[in-house]
Amino acid sequence: MNTKKELQVSAIENGTVIDHIPAEYLFQVITILGLDKSKNSVTFGNNLESKLLGKKAIIKISDKFFEDEEINKISLIAPHAKLNIIRDYKVAEKKIVESPEKVIGIAKCMNPKCITNVEAVTTRFKVINNSPITLKCHYCEKITDHKNIEIV
Amino acid sequence: MDNKSLVSIDDYTKEEILEVLARAAEFEKNPNCSLLEGKVVASLFFEPSTRTRLSFETAINRMGGRIVGFTDSSSSSVTKGETLKDTTKMVSNYCDLIVMRHPIEGSARYASEVSDVPIINAGDGANQHPTQTMLDLYSIMKTQGTLENLNIFMVGDLKYGRTVHSLLMALSHFNPTFHFIAPPELEIPRGYKIFMEKNNIKYFEHTEFNDIINDADILYMTRVQKERFADPLEYEKVKNVYILKNDMLSNTKDNMRILHPLPRVNEIAVDVDTNPKAYYFEQALNGVYARQAIIAKALNL
Repeated sequence: MNTKKELQVSAIENGTVIDHIPAEYLFQVITILGLDKSKNSVTFGNNLESKLLGKKAIIKISDKFFEDEEINKISLIAPHAKLNIIRDYKVAEKKIVESPEKVIGIAKCMNPKCITNVEAVTTRFKVINNSPITLKCHYCEKITDHKNIEIV
Repeated sequence: MDNKSLVSIDDYTKEEILEVLARAAEFEKNPNCSLLEGKVVASLFFEPSTRTRLSFETAINRMGGRIVGFTDSSSSSVTKGETLKDTTKMVSNYCDLIVMRHPIEGSARYASEVSDVPIINAGDGANQHPTQTMLDLYSIMKTQGTLENLNIFMVGDLKYGRTVHSLLMALSHFNPTFHFIAPPELEIPRGYKIFMEKNNIKYFEHTEFNDIINDADILYMTRVQKERFADPLEYEKVKNVYILKNDMLSNTKDNMRILHPLPRVNEIAVDVDTNPKAYYFEQALNGVYARQAIIAKALNL
């Protein structure tokens, strides 16, 4: 990485950088991770140039380290996101958000007649397409596409 | 999950489909037996479905089993607000097998996960109705001698008709050629077209219902339902287009048979009933044998 490059979002001392978020999903990622309610200092940039995505978003959260389960939630709408774990201004660890084969208890089925929307049933989906992410309900077998993904 | 349950037609492999069809043929030869002697089957119909229920109850009776259950949810504890989970758990304590019809989609899969005994799905909303599919396959096998390489024509409501979708999935194991005849409003959903393209299954779409059916081995008719149309005028335009009349059958193949999941309204004219190619009433009888075979498989008998 070119260290001379001017950072478009200022560096953090400790915490997590989430990079390569599709620009249109920045605010959804913020909501899903509950960053709108977070007490940590959060900085973000949107519509930044990206070779991979065209336009991307980046979020930096100080003193916050995510559990795998939380990362799993991001992958539903930002399957190519990359996480950099920052300690003392340096990248201590990189994580790639990989879309899971199954999504359990995270998303809502978009079919109002599905049993998961009628009774207290943990939702289960098979990921049938990675980009855009498309889920097939294990119960009613209906498709929930990425535009309709709602997080439980 | 109990893998002896039959919730979706996809739960059966090609080999299992053929195994159950062969078993159904045995039950047709000898319908009465005592395989279910000493067994109790719960028949839980959360919504009424006379044909399916009587077919199951006939199958169970012919096999010597006993039946407990209810015929619609107003006579069950559902009216007191009991959840499906609790009803299923309670009933699975009492019986050896549950046959379940429920208006909510995915209910049968969920019940199969909370139940200690196998579940046979007798229809879960617009989702699956695998025993109907098995009786359709049995009817095709019986009339054509094979399931392989057939020209299957499906007519009517191909968008919402769950029997059409499940039959399409099941026949995909057997190198079919599909012809879909429907108004644009009721055409086969995109998901199924993608499925067929991925699996190299030949299909053709038509809006005209005419002599193209002369190529058919199986003509699968369905009801065009008024309530599917947002605009009543649109329904009026198409309702009489997809009616099968006896004179349309004169140049069809000798082996061709007409299937219909029933109930019929007006989509098959009454003058077709006496044509030897009309098969829909025998098809309904085949449901008993197919269900006997499915029950035997679920209980490993």
